[in-house]
Amino acid sequence: MEFVKDTHINFLGHRRAAFIFSLILIAVGVVSLVVQGGPKLGIDFQGGILLQVQFDKPIEAERIRETLAGIGLGGAEIQHFGGDREAIIRVSEGGDADLTSEIVETLNRENPENHAEVRREELVGPKVGRELQSKASQAILYALIGILIYISIRFEFRFAVGAVAALVHDVLITLGIFSLTGFEITLSVVAALLTIVGYSLNDTIVIYDRIREDRRKLYGKSFVDIVNTSLNESLSRTLVTSVTTLLVVLSLFIFGGEVIRDFAFTLMIGVVVGTYSSIYVASPLVVEWQIAQDARRRKKA
Amino acid sequence: MTSNLRWKVLLVLLVVVLSAWRASYTFRYLSLSDEDKAAMPAEEVESLEEQSLRLGLDLKGGMHLVLEVDKEGLPADEARDVMDRALEVINNRIDEFGVAEPSIQREGENRILVQLPGLQDEQRAKRLIGRTALLEFLPVETPDVYDLVFRAIDRALVDTMRAHGELPDEESALLSEAELAARERPLTAKAIVPGDIPYFAEEDVPWVREQLARIDLNSVLPHREGAPGVPRVRLSWDNETRSMQDGKEYRAFYILDDEALMTGSVVVSAEVRPGLDPDYPNSPGVQLRLSRSGGRTFADYTGEHVGEYLALVLDGTVQSAPVIRDRIPAGTPASITGTFSDEQAKDLAIVLRAGRLPAPMTVVEERTVGPSLGRDSITLGVRAMLIGGLLVVLFMAVYYRASGLVAVGALAINILVVVALMSTLPVSPKPALTLPGLAGIILTIGMAVDANVLIFERIREELRNQKTVRAAIRDGYERAFTTILDANVTTLIAAAVLLQFGTGPVKGFAVTLSLGILASMFTAIVATRVVFDLFTLSRNVKRLSI
Repeated sequence: MEFVKDTHINFLGHRRAAFIFSLILIAVGVVSLVVQGGPKLGIDFQGGILLQVQFDKPIEAERIRETLAGIGLGGAEIQHFGGDREAIIRVSEGGDADLTSEIVETLNRENPENHAEVRREELVGPKVGRELQSKASQAILYALIGILIYISIRFEFRFAVGAVAALVHDVLITLGIFSLTGFEITLSVVAALLTIVGYSLNDTIVIYDRIREDRRKLYGKSFVDIVNTSLNESLSRTLVTSVTTLLVVLSLFIFGGEVIRDFAFTLMIGVVVGTYSSIYVASPLVVEWQIAQDARRRKKA
Repeated sequence: MTSNLRWKVLLVLLVVVLSAWRASYTFRYLSLSDEDKAAMPAEEVESLEEQSLRLGLDLKGGMHLVLEVDKEGLPADEARDVMDRALEVINNRIDEFGVAEPSIQREGENRILVQLPGLQDEQRAKRLIGRTALLEFLPVETPDVYDLVFRAIDRALVDTMRAHGELPDEESALLSEAELAARERPLTAKAIVPGDIPYFAEEDVPWVREQLARIDLNSVLPHREGAPGVPRVRLSWDNETRSMQDGKEYRAFYILDDEALMTGSVVVSAEVRPGLDPDYPNSPGVQLRLSRSGGRTFADYTGEHVGEYLALVLDGTVQSAPVIRDRIPAGTPASITGTFSDEQAKDLAIVLRAGRLPAPMTVVEERTVGPSLGRDSITLGVRAMLIGGLLVVLFMAVYYRASGLVAVGALAINILVVVALMSTLPVSPKPALTLPGLAGIILTIGMAVDANVLIFERIREELRNQKTVRAAIRDGYERAFTTILDANVTTLIAAAVLLQFGTGPVKGFAVTLSLGILASMFTAIVATRVVFDLFTLSRNVKRLSI
């Protein structure tokens, strides 16, 4: 079976339209981020308390909120989690180790007929939160620099720039979608973002590799034609790998449980955006660079 | 068969057999239910666990704590070894607590990472481990000072209440005796004094706290000579309540001398012993040994204050306030007895020993997963892996037919190798499989087939170019190799960065992802090639199922 056979799609012909499409997506995300005052950070980066509590019987989120208002935690964020017997309670400001015990004790005292059990508890001090924040941004930055260097060595600098631009594109769009859907940025989301960086790059490199090979094979043809040929030749592989990866990520998203869902969600967006960007961002940018270079040379001559 | 191919076949077989053998421990261990484990001899379970993959706290259930030691204000010589002492103190406290396989590591300049797998009572653990440890021995004031202080507080309260118009008019009504008392002595009226120490009903405690906060205690309490505004006593609550004859819970309220007789640094040891008090032979007590200088201070003090109380105060809360029965000569251990439960006595001993830490410690990060959630996560994760894996198998079989099945076989070996490596790697501490780590393995399923997809697409191309099957296989593998290498190295760069920056669970993800990619270089390239080579070896194959 084959999805695509001997295609001759003029990918580069639509590159301007693709650029505009990408820019719109990024702009929507950035606007949404600006309006909301930056990405919604989870307690990992903001500091605070997260409690996952399981009750014996179904309980209304409103009931939990009322109970907690009694101890001055009316501002706590309460969300059902995988069913109406389980809830996540988030308190964003500070909080110490005693507060978690107080929350559970209060819930059990005020609702004696519906016992609450802590399934998961996370506490991050504000200082640790800030540290994790800078560590995470550094991690993403270092990963991008490392990749830039590796590709510059293996290919050429302009290829590296195209690849990294595609990665920045992927991360920005993913963050934008997070902002629009209200998902929180947690440690595991950052891990997923870095995985996307790796995955999208994987795709890009496969195509670059093909361009490098085709330039030798199709010597004399225009650069645009060569890149178009390479994109078409690697299209089948690009699609197949996206499908297999999506299959597992999708099953992780659906069957992997609530705890891992934000991670799987990030990967899902990333696979789609990453596949798109390796075809429509990374390679077309190299082509643009080449065209600009040729124009300059002609002017000089 | 060429000798080259023979060696490769042997190598692949060896890897498969070795990995399957190593991984079998993990599979056996994970398939055991709690009942199975209980039925097996303990050593057998233990050795099986040692040979198997280590589960992270988020899958096993347990507590991950990061403590920060506040070094500020410590003299230089103490600051130097405070971390070692803190580690020792935490070690001791955890030993007392009795957790299997705790891990306690120093992290950076002033942090300590504590990992307690399979913890049952997390609140108690946190109380014992995370608490700042400032232990003081404070004399409890005598009844005449109590009287003085209560009168002074009552006066101040009455003034405050009157100023706020909260007192009923004096002439307005005939007041009962109790109402009269409550009007003139608001605090005293709520207290009961069964012995020398006053108690308040637990339900009144918030009211008392509130009232005390309303008045300016610094000017109300008796002060040191020549230093008005600096009280010489301190007010403090007991850390536990006591039920009295009327069935209600009461909490003791102490008035303590503000100047500590000594601090926790004089404690040499504190141990739980039964039968220390002949009056209560079945009650446990705590035997306390002090340093030489501490012992001398203690001997002098106890000699002069027989019959009085001495409070052991941890971070401002009274842990115990035993009465001094006799002078305790320097060099002999002191006994703290009373109607303790075993657990109370044990916690008191721990608290006494913890007092040796001169700097406060705070919990700056905590992650706890209950055992039930951990089990759920494994079940769900494995289910997602099986379903995802099955979908990939189906897809590969449909898309690449027999060759797709070869790739799937390589994938299975890949997972075996990763599990085997994770349970055998000679690094300490052994890398743990976390929930994100499980996701990493699942992701590897998707990404590891990529190498084979690249190869197969190449082979198809070569076949389209009218090459023979054998040549197409050879060229397909060769051409795809550099691509696979480049692609994998870049993913490894991202994984290496994650390994550097990540904390616990995220690190677990980086580990499985890197191992998965490295293993795939062998399974997807070498192992599948062997199968194709064997297949095309003897016969002159005209068609390839790809």
